[in-house]
Amino acid sequence: MSAMLLNKEKWPEFIGKLTGKNLWAPKLEGEAMRFAPVAEDEVPELTDGNTRIPPKNIVFPQTETMYRFQLGDFEMKEPELKEEMILLGIRPCDARAMVIVDKLFSWDVDDPYYLKRRELVTLVGLACSEPGLNCFCTSLGGGPASTEGLDLLMVDLGDSYLLETITPKGEALVSEVSELLIEADTEKIKMKKKMVSESEGKIKRSVDHKGIPEGLPGLWEDPLWKSVSASCLGCGTCTYLCPTCHCFDIQDETEGFEARRCRMWDSCMFEEYTLHTSGHNPRPTRRERTRNRINHKYNYYVDKFDVIACVGCGRCINLCPVNIDIVEILRQVKEAL
Amino acid sequence: MSNANPLMPQMATILDIIAETPEIKTLRVSGKDGLPFDFMPGQCAMLSVLPVGEAIFSITSSPTCRDCLEFSIKKTGKVSNSLHSLEPGQQIGIRGPYGNGFPVEEMKGKDLLFIGGGIGLAPLRSLIGYCFANRDHYGQIDIVYGARSPADMIRKSEVKETWAGQPNTKVHLTVDAEFPDWKGHVGFVPTYVTELAFTPENKVAITCGPPIMIKFVLQALDKLGFAPEQVITTLEMRMKCGVGKCGRCNLGPVYVCKDGPVFSLAELNELPGEY
Repeated sequence: MSAMLLNKEKWPEFIGKLTGKNLWAPKLEGEAMRFAPVAEDEVPELTDGNTRIPPKNIVFPQTETMYRFQLGDFEMKEPELKEEMILLGIRPCDARAMVIVDKLFSWDVDDPYYLKRRELVTLVGLACSEPGLNCFCTSLGGGPASTEGLDLLMVDLGDSYLLETITPKGEALVSEVSELLIEADTEKIKMKKKMVSESEGKIKRSVDHKGIPEGLPGLWEDPLWKSVSASCLGCGTCTYLCPTCHCFDIQDETEGFEARRCRMWDSCMFEEYTLHTSGHNPRPTRRERTRNRINHKYNYYVDKFDVIACVGCGRCINLCPVNIDIVEILRQVKEAL
Repeated sequence: MSNANPLMPQMATILDIIAETPEIKTLRVSGKDGLPFDFMPGQCAMLSVLPVGEAIFSITSSPTCRDCLEFSIKKTGKVSNSLHSLEPGQQIGIRGPYGNGFPVEEMKGKDLLFIGGGIGLAPLRSLIGYCFANRDHYGQIDIVYGARSPADMIRKSEVKETWAGQPNTKVHLTVDAEFPDWKGHVGFVPTYVTELAFTPENKVAITCGPPIMIKFVLQALDKLGFAPEQVITTLEMRMKCGVGKCGRCNLGPVYVCKDGPVFSLAELNELPGEY
């Protein structure tokens, strides 16, 4: 790992070198930040906070064409995924989430769509200097400058960015902009350490998950599931905005004689998710669905892949219309153990 | 991507369609060069009608049948209704096989008790056919099959003639209520199993049917002294991908599409009862 320095005066030039390479960065669209392509003459500014929509849609689109066919003809054509892309300004929690979701999509059988997109994307992270109110990444093995999943990490040092290369992909990117960079001295490395430790200090929320994965099965019939789900509307926001949620539905669509089979995000918080054709539903109410959501993240995923499927990004807390709070649910779980 | 894409179906031709009951048809399906894939009894396949959708069905033919795959399908939802409207010669998409299948090796040397209700006979039939094709490997075979009415029974002549005519095999049929043309046993499957007083020694019971029937069959077997390890069932779940990605068929930490659909009662007792 080497550390370089990019003076912010050179930021437009830095961006200029990357815009031809299918560069994506956070952008305010309406009132929500989300990742969007950077236009030729555009110079994105990296601001505090995280995108409302997690960048999971870059590797796992909300709706993805699996194959196309013509009505009456059974030749199925798959989309060709070959364009490389650079995701600039992804937060460490969201990059960690991709590493967690990789396990699912490469488990037993490889998922070609997801894994191809993962292969094509370079993740340029931005360390967090101002964590959000509901961030709790440090409870789950992440942190404001965690490099897990990143190819390159940028740290804002005020008048410059410190660039740490993590992977060969990151190195390749740095070599293309090397004329804009200078070697970082120890002073800058110290500044980074200070910034990261200050940032960690600003994270006010935490989850003590010790014993939770093992303990959850014993709480299967606990009354807490009824109370924590009582106000749930079943809107699915928590799962749609979760960077580790990966469930999908498969549907056919037609337009004239053109047809496609696509997969789209689904949510375990929807009644139809598990509804059998017969009318029977193994998870009939929001109590069972909420219990499944928490168990899936903090128990089943640990059982299968040895990692908690939550990175503490806080989105599900920030955006739940009825203020359901996973940190609070986990506190109650811990208390009930 | 094509060859490696597990979500891409291959096309198969419907060779023949057998109307079993007013609601159930059996489709006989063949790939371009014979069977679309090899499989074991108890495994499932995703059938596609383009551009309607995909749904998962158990394979009802035995893997020892090399001409085609058979699916007994009850008209229930969008895809099954669409499959019912097809005719021989038409094409459907197929991918699979999915799931673990029945533990045919562990069952060797044992007596077998099959208990099926309604369309639940479909997955059992694959195993029954397999056992008859490997008759020496298994002991006495008892088949209890029940339906709401005589008209709701599937594979009637096969059950009554072919199966009942096999060596060391008994078939016990029952219907839920009296019918003018029915001279056999009348009563629900679980009660009939109790009346027949099967003994658990060196026996494996394999059951499939409506959830309510399974529930009471399990109770009946328990009363007859069957241990949870001796009881096997196969579960139904809503599925989309079949390869452990789409998420919905989980039973606690296991995916029914990968780790199931076949479970022993001992295994099910360790899992959340969300089925």
